[in-house]
Parts: sequence; structure tokens; C-alpha cells
Amino acid sequence: MKIILNIWRQKNASSPGRMVRYELDNVNEHMSFLEMLDVLNEELTRKGEDPVAFEHDCREGICGCCGFMINGIPHGPERGTTVCQLHMRHFQDGDELWLEPFRAKAFPIIKDLMVDRSAFDRIISAGGYISINTGSAPEANSIPVKKQCADRAMDAAACIGCGACVAACPNASASLFVSAKIAHLGLLPQGEPERDRRALRMVLKMTEEGFGYCTNTGECEAICPKGVKIENIAMMHRDFTRAVALFREEAKVGGTG
Amino acid sequence: MAFRLESRIPSGPLEQKWENAKRDMKLVSPANRRKYSILVVGSGLAGASAAATLGELGYNVKCFCYQDSPRRAHSIAAQGGINAAKNYQNDGDSVYRLFYDTIKGGDFRAREANVYRLAEVSVNIIDQCVAQGVPFAREYGGTLANRSFGGAQVSRTFYARGQTGQQLLLGAYQALQRQVDAGRVKMFARHEMLDLVVVDGRARGIVTRNLVTGAIDCHVADAVILATGGYGNVFYLSTNAKGCNATAIWRAYKRGAGFGNPCFTQIHPTCIPQSGDYQSKLTLMSESLRNDGRIWVPKKKGDTRHPNDIPEEERDYYLERMYPAYGNLCPRDIASRAAKVMCDQGYGVGPGGRGVYLDFREAIQRLGRNTIEERYGNLFEMYERITGEDPYTVPMRIYPAVHYTMGGLWVDYHLMSTIPGLFVLGEANFSDHGANRLGASALMQGLADGYFIIPYTMGHFLAQVKPGGLDESHPEFRAARQAVEERTKKLLSIRGKKTVDDFHRELGRIMWEYCGMARNASGLKHALQRIPELREEFWQNVNVPGSGDEMNQSLEKAGRVADFLELGELMCLDALEREESCGGHFREEHQTEDGEAKRDDERFCHVAVWEFAGEGKPPVRNVEPLNFEFVHLAQRSYK
Amino acid sequence: MGTIALNGGLEKTAFFYQSVVGKKVVMAVTGCVLCLFVLGHMLGNLQIYQGPEKLNRYAEFLQGLGAGLWAVRLVLLACVGLHILSAYQLWRLKLSARPTPYLKKSYVATSYAARTMIWSGPIVLAFIIYHLLHFTTGQAHPDFRRGDVYHNVIAGFSNPAASLFYIAANILLAIHLYHGAWSMFQSVGINHPRYTPWLKRLAKAYAWVIGIGNVSIPLAVLTGVVK
Repeated sequence: MKIILNIWRQKNASSPGRMVRYELDNVNEHMSFLEMLDVLNEELTRKGEDPVAFEHDCREGICGCCGFMINGIPHGPERGTTVCQLHMRHFQDGDELWLEPFRAKAFPIIKDLMVDRSAFDRIISAGGYISINTGSAPEANSIPVKKQCADRAMDAAACIGCGACVAACPNASASLFVSAKIAHLGLLPQGEPERDRRALRMVLKMTEEGFGYCTNTGECEAICPKGVKIENIAMMHRDFTRAVALFREEAKVGGTG
Repeated sequence: MAFRLESRIPSGPLEQKWENAKRDMKLVSPANRRKYSILVVGSGLAGASAAATLGELGYNVKCFCYQDSPRRAHSIAAQGGINAAKNYQNDGDSVYRLFYDTIKGGDFRAREANVYRLAEVSVNIIDQCVAQGVPFAREYGGTLANRSFGGAQVSRTFYARGQTGQQLLLGAYQALQRQVDAGRVKMFARHEMLDLVVVDGRARGIVTRNLVTGAIDCHVADAVILATGGYGNVFYLSTNAKGCNATAIWRAYKRGAGFGNPCFTQIHPTCIPQSGDYQSKLTLMSESLRNDGRIWVPKKKGDTRHPNDIPEEERDYYLERMYPAYGNLCPRDIASRAAKVMCDQGYGVGPGGRGVYLDFREAIQRLGRNTIEERYGNLFEMYERITGEDPYTVPMRIYPAVHYTMGGLWVDYHLMSTIPGLFVLGEANFSDHGANRLGASALMQGLADGYFIIPYTMGHFLAQVKPGGLDESHPEFRAARQAVEERTKKLLSIRGKKTVDDFHRELGRIMWEYCGMARNASGLKHALQRIPELREEFWQNVNVPGSGDEMNQSLEKAGRVADFLELGELMCLDALEREESCGGHFREEHQTEDGEAKRDDERFCHVAVWEFAGEGKPPVRNVEPLNFEFVHLAQRSYK
Repeated sequence: MGTIALNGGLEKTAFFYQSVVGKKVVMAVTGCVLCLFVLGHMLGNLQIYQGPEKLNRYAEFLQGLGAGLWAVRLVLLACVGLHILSAYQLWRLKLSARPTPYLKKSYVATSYAARTMIWSGPIVLAFIIYHLLHFTTGQAHPDFRRGDVYHNVIAGFSNPAASLFYIAANILLAIHLYHGAWSMFQSVGINHPRYTPWLKRLAKAYAWVIGIGNVSIPLAVLTGVVK
């Protein structure tokens, strides 16, 4: 089948970009979307042109590398899938598609469809962990965890950090990503001791990185390839509010002698 | 010159060895640790856990990964689970049993002491991961749930839905980011290691390329850890991520690190087959599907009828026919090989005749659709997403695919390679899986190496060397950097007619055909002739567009494929020299009368450690004999 | 950066407010107060259907509250102020969070109401100012009689232009509430798979009731149902 692609081409962060039109004649319906771009890139390379840069790695929907906008929707029109697992059979012969990178101040463009999502790593650094040094863990079954809590934590932990929530959000908010980590760790007894500190530091960092705010439109939840729920955002708001209200200064006196 | 392969296995009874080793190790005092710097290349389970733990201990750590974030390393794709000898199910599991299963599963081509240690620390891994907040599956009582995996007779596999690898990696990644925040680890994402720098016989640093700006940088350290994963992508199509590569370990090999058993690759029987030439990777389907699915091909060659139109009597359930006792549940290597044989004979189905049916019709009739949905719902969904076919009504098509490489850089008991100061962890090393890896063991090994072994052995090494004393102006660093720059320039200057992928696909075809599931001397010799020709052509006729001082994905690929073109040759050479069949390595000349793998413990109960002898010279094959003091070598039989 | 510097009450509040979560909570809490007011206001006004005496007596009762009335007015004013301030700041933040807009953007889940909050808000504000000048202080009224609320309403709405503006503004208000009335629960952290679907339905019903109730008055005057 034939597919017409309008792809955002931008050489690097500092140069301006523009849409470039490409026509692909022999698209096989069993190809994945990225395989179709591979074919395009092979053609471009043979013609001596610069291939389209796009992020990808595992191509089985779990690493979170891939992602760009197809006709204004992150990861394209199918729900519950990343773009690497989106297959061409969901498109019609002659379809014209617009491919744009995720757009947000906190996600500067690197090249073409690639953006820099390192802000996510910095948010995790700010508190998205449980402080436990290797070797100091208690016996695993000494911490019973309610099955329900473990399951809900797992639902939140399924986030692959692809950034589609930010891209879809009318406000470029990272709330779904941040709240998924806050909920994952906060729902487990292991995460309880740091729950307040985590909410404070991660939300503060999210603000600092220049993400927008959540207006509860539910857009992120609808396009999340892993079905992470905005219920987590409510939990983040709760945890953060409580953490501010009950905040106490950390002890200044050291404990070592 | 030949290697001095000193495995440094500690003395004493099996269960005392690791304790004894730890007791005898030298220590670096907490105040001195920050004076030592360590480079960790790779941020998967092994790399991230090592970097985080060494950071916690107080060393200066720099960690590198080619992805945009350490959380994306390919460990994330592991589905099934992680083994540990916790014996929570009271079903007779023990450290010894896990050790024995692993060493037997590896067809007795791994070191006893290493494997025992792996089984021993497996229990600590679970404790650590639970404390980090890994959301393992739970029972209603709040304790951890287990399942049996890969035909094991005990339930020792811990899992987090079908995303165990992801959750374990996120645990390690979070620990790593915590150390980044604490200033103990400096993270270099989107950096690819392009060379290892050896000064006075010791690994002292690496040369990297910043994938965004193209900047070539040197990093100096007191020790280097490679945790860069396997090299399955030498086959072009594999279940590995697109970016997985052998460049780091191959550069190290060329700087003097021994390469252990390069031909040991694992081919997984249940993957979704290739649908066309454009195919970029293969997707694994959990092998648990074989518990209820029946594998068959049409009895007539080249039968193009729809599978549902082929009557029962015209179907050949070949695994049940050939292996009546185990049937569809025979081990990975046997199932894979049988599928290839059927397809080679012309019975294959689907595009290109490269596939066999995995049929659930009988199971659905017997158990009902609901039961099948409960057991395999998510897998069926994944299959349908990729192929567009509904496996509840049309049989699945499956075909084997390259999945894991047991071979890798040779390391001693301390995980140190033949280059002092160069440590290799996880899939990148050759150590614990012998000739075949059991399900749910890869995650265990990666984390064992990173969390619980390297922190001890690294300290022992560093305690014996003085920190620092070197910077990047050293001639070795300058030379390595220059070599990298020249190679980059060379790749960009060829401007030939074929793309990098053209060469990679061709190499993959050769490797799959001649060094894949079944190997024989004449095929391997043919490959050994073809690969150098292809390599020659690559360096004459490859087209790498763009420049070196920008984000250039073609250039990245070209560098990796250039290394694969050398590694492929070494794999074939190793396969040719190993004149026996064992685990994933099946030599057609060495099989029993019933077509089973025939090991030759007399001649090949050893690790083949290859040594680079210089460009254009044949590599040297060294041998580390494997001594089995505690287990008895047994022959596998699945009839 | 091991610790977070947070001190006494004021600083804590400022920190809270500075974060995006804080602004949303402020928005939600003030929105909640205003929602309750809108409901009470509408219920009071619906007494117009019970005739002039009833409505005027209700107005007298409110006026008779004296200081109490002013207290309520001040609280409402503060809420409106904070609501607008946080809305404005969040709107600025939104613009800075995505400086380059998409060339093409489609929405999968975002409702019309949610997308137009930033427009329905200011229009409703303009309406409120007009409404105060119209019926509370009288400057915008053609024939304002202090104390005779019933007369003021009939006379005011007899002008079709004024009535149509009321109708349009109240539809916008309803749309604003359609998203806002559920959204405030989410912002303060109330979300549960069992109750949230009901809360959403309740919020929608609430928006419909407010919309229909408020629009009915000018409509009734225009059509002569209420004279």
C-alpha cells in the first residue's frame, strides 16, 4: 500500500525545523510503523540523503525509547501500544500521516523526531527510589505486602517512561509519570518511611524542570501505552499536600560520634 | 604468547568457597574509597546494580549507556522471572539443587564454584529487590508468590507479572539514580564506548563517543567494568534490542581480553516468525505456551492451505512423534532444532516457509476458552497485535530465534578478565551458564554479579593498586583516541553503494545458516570464507551518510556492524574447533543414533578462550579445563 | 542537595503554592466554595417562580444579615481572586511548558469543557461583573429599584440583549462547571475506581442543573411565563 508521510525534520536543537513530505509506495501491512521508517531510511541513504532520526531500541514495547506524534496523537491512533508495536495494517492505502516529535519545554528536540527526556531521570534522582543500600535488606518475606497493594503498585510501576503523557497533555504536564512512581513506591510498606520526602522532592523537581500542570483532562491516561491511571495523580496531590502540611525540619545534629 | 588462565577458584568445600574467598579478600578503607574511580559501561541489571552498589560504598563511579536513559537497557525486556533458592514453597528446593539444575542445564560447561556462588547469593537478590520496592507477585497472605518455570521441578521463580526484567531493572535504576543524586555516580547517557585503554598491562580507561554531539572523550580510572550484554545481534534478527552490540567487549578482546566460548548461543524455540525482508527484530513468546499448545506442520510439502482446512490426519505433530516421552515440552535447543529441520525439508508454513504451527484448538476444546485466556491471555493479545491473527481461532505460527549468548569475555572467579583491572559482568561475560542457559537465570546472574560479587572483588583488586597517577594526556590514551577518530573518519569516507543494514542482514543470514541451531564443519568452513569477504566489501562499499560531529544513527550502526563482522568469524572458528555437541552448540557430526547432542567430555570439557593475536593473524585458542569435583557428568536424554 | 529547606507556616504555604500541585489545590478549594455559592445563589433565585413577595423577602433577609453578608462576600471575593490568580499563573505556566505548539494535535479524551476552561473562565468573570452592576449595584440597569428585586429582574430581562447575554454566559458557566466540578475532587486527591464514576456523573448532573436553573429565569421573563 501507499503511505504519504509528512515528517518533522530538524538538524539539531539550535536549527529550525520543517515538515518534509515523503511518499512510500510499497508498504507492507505486516510491517511495524518503525519498520516502515527503516524502509524509508534505507531509501534516503541510497539517495545520499540524511535518514530520519527517531528513537527506538527494544521494539517490543517495553524499553520506552520510541515515541512521536502520529497525526497529533503520541504513539499513533491505536490504544495501548507503543509506536514500535503499531502495525501498518491499521492504516489505509493512500493515508497521509503527520509525524512530529513530542513537544515540551522540558523535552528539547535533539534531531528530527528525537527529544531529550533526561528531565525524567532527574525527577527520579530527586526521590523516586527507596533508600536501601545493597546488603542491608531484611529477609524478603519479613515484610508482608497486601496483595491488593502489590497489584496496584505493579499497575503504576508498569510505566515505561516514554513521555507520551507529557506529549499528549494540553499543558505538557509530567504528572502521570511522576505520580506513577510516587504511587508505586508509596503503596508499598517499604516505601512508607520516605513517602513525604519523596512527594515533596519529586513534585518540586517536576516544577523546576518546566513541566506544566495537570488540568485533569484525562488525555494522558487515554493515550498511555501501559494504561497507567490518573488515580495516581490524585494520590500524588494527596501525598504532596499532606507532606507540606506535616513538614518538619530535618534534625541538624549529627548522629555519628 | 598464551594466556595464563588462572581461575582463582578458592579452596575448600563447594559451600565454603565464597565465604573463604570473602574472608581472604583485601579491603579498601571507607576514607580511601573516594580516591578510586571506576568506570561502569552498560546500565542493565549488572551495570546499574554494580554502579549503584559501588557508589554506595563510596567509590567514584562513572556509568555509561548508549540509550537516552539507563532505565532503557535491554534487561527490561525479560518477561518470565528470576530464580532464587528460597524454598518458600517447601518443595525441596535448596542452594545445592539450584546449583545442580543450572550446571546440568548448561550441559556441564560452566565452573562449579561460580555456579554454586550464583545459587548461594540468589536469595540475597530477592531480599534486596523486595526492599527496593520491586512489586513481585504476592499471595493473599502478603508473602511472595512463586511459579515453576522452564520445566523446573520446584517453584523457585519470582515474578512481577510478565515484566520481571522491567521491574528489577527499575529497582536497580532507582538505586543508581539515588547515587547520581548523592554525587557518587556520574551518569553518561547517550555515550558509546569505542575503545578500552590499557596502560602497563592494566585497564585504565575508555574512549567514548557522545552520540548527540559526536565528541570523542577519554575517561581515566583505576578499574573498568564492562556490563554491556550479549552479542545476539550478530545474527541481525534476534530478540535483542536494536542497539545491543558487541563493540565494548570486542574492543576489549582486541586489547587483550580473552573471549570465552564465543559459539555458545541460545536459540529460543517460540518466537513470532519473520514476516518479510523488512523485518527488524524478532519477538519472543513465553515458552510456557508449549504447556498447552501442540506443534505441527502439514504432512505435505509446501502445503498452502489455510491451517484450519488441513484435516487432522494430514498434520504431523513432529515433536510428539520424535520425542514421545516429552513431546511438545522437550528442551529449548531440541525443539528449536526440530523446527529448523522440518522447515529445511520444505514443510514450513507462512511467508518463506519459515514457521511451524503452535495449535491451541485441542486445548481450547479440552479446557475451554476461558481457561486458555486466563493462562495465556496477554501472550495471545501480543501475538494478535503483531501478526493481526487471532490465535484462539487460527493456530499461531512460531519459529526459533536467537535469544541469548552464553559466551562472552572470559573472567576468573573474581569476574576479572585476562586484563587486570577489567571486570566483566552479566551476559557480557562467559561465566555461569555453560553451553545453555535455563529460564529465569539471566536476571539472577546479572544482579548477583552487580550487587553481591563485584563489590567484594573490586575492593580486593583496588586495595592492591595505588589510585590515580594518570591522566588522559598519557600516550596510550592519545593513541586510542586517535584510533577511534580515524576509524570514524574511515567509515564516513567510504560512501559506497550499500547500506549498513544490507551488510548486517547478509552477515545475519550467513551466521544463521551456518552457525545457528545446527552446525557442521563444511558449513562453518564456508562461513569462515564468506565472512572475511563480506567484511572486505563492507570496508570498500558501505554508505554511511552524514558526519561524525552530530547525532548520526547510521554511523553508530556502522561501527557496531564492523565489529560484528569480526566477531562472527570468531564464533564460526570456535564452533568449528569444538568438535562435540553440547547445549546450544549442536554439531551435526556429533550426535547419537537418535539425533541427540553427543558431548565429548574427554576432549572438550573445557572453556575455549580466544586470544587476539593481531590484525590479519589467526586468533589463538587457549583452554581452561573444567574440573568437576562435586557433580557427576551425566548425559541428557529426553526420549 | 540532601534536604529540603522549608520553614514556618508562611514559607510552607508559599512553597506549596509555588508548586504546580499547590496551585491546583488552591484552584480546587476555591472552586469548591464557588460551586456551593453558585448552587445556593441559584436556589435563592428560583424563588422568583413563587412570586414577588417571596423573592423580595428573601432579598431582605440577606440584606438583614449585615456584617455576616459582608463576611460571606469577602470570602467569595477572596475565592474569586485566588481562583483567577492561580488560573492565570497556571495558564502562563502552560504557555511556557510548551512554547512550540504542535502543527497537528488531536485529542482522545479531553472534553470540550476541559479544553475551554481558560476561555469560559474569563467570559464568566466578565459576566459576573456585569451581573453585579446589573442587579446588585444597579449602574448597568435601566430602571433599578433598590429593594425590589422582583421588579429589577423582570425589567432587566425584558431587554432581549441582556437576557441573551445571561443565557450565553450561564451556558458557559455550566460548561465550566461540567469539567470543574469533577476536577476539583481529583485535584484534592479524591479518586477511587468505585466512587469516581459516580462523582463524575454527579458533577455532570450538577452542571446541567445549574445551567438549566439559571438559564430558565431570563428565558421565563422573555417568554412571558414570569411577569
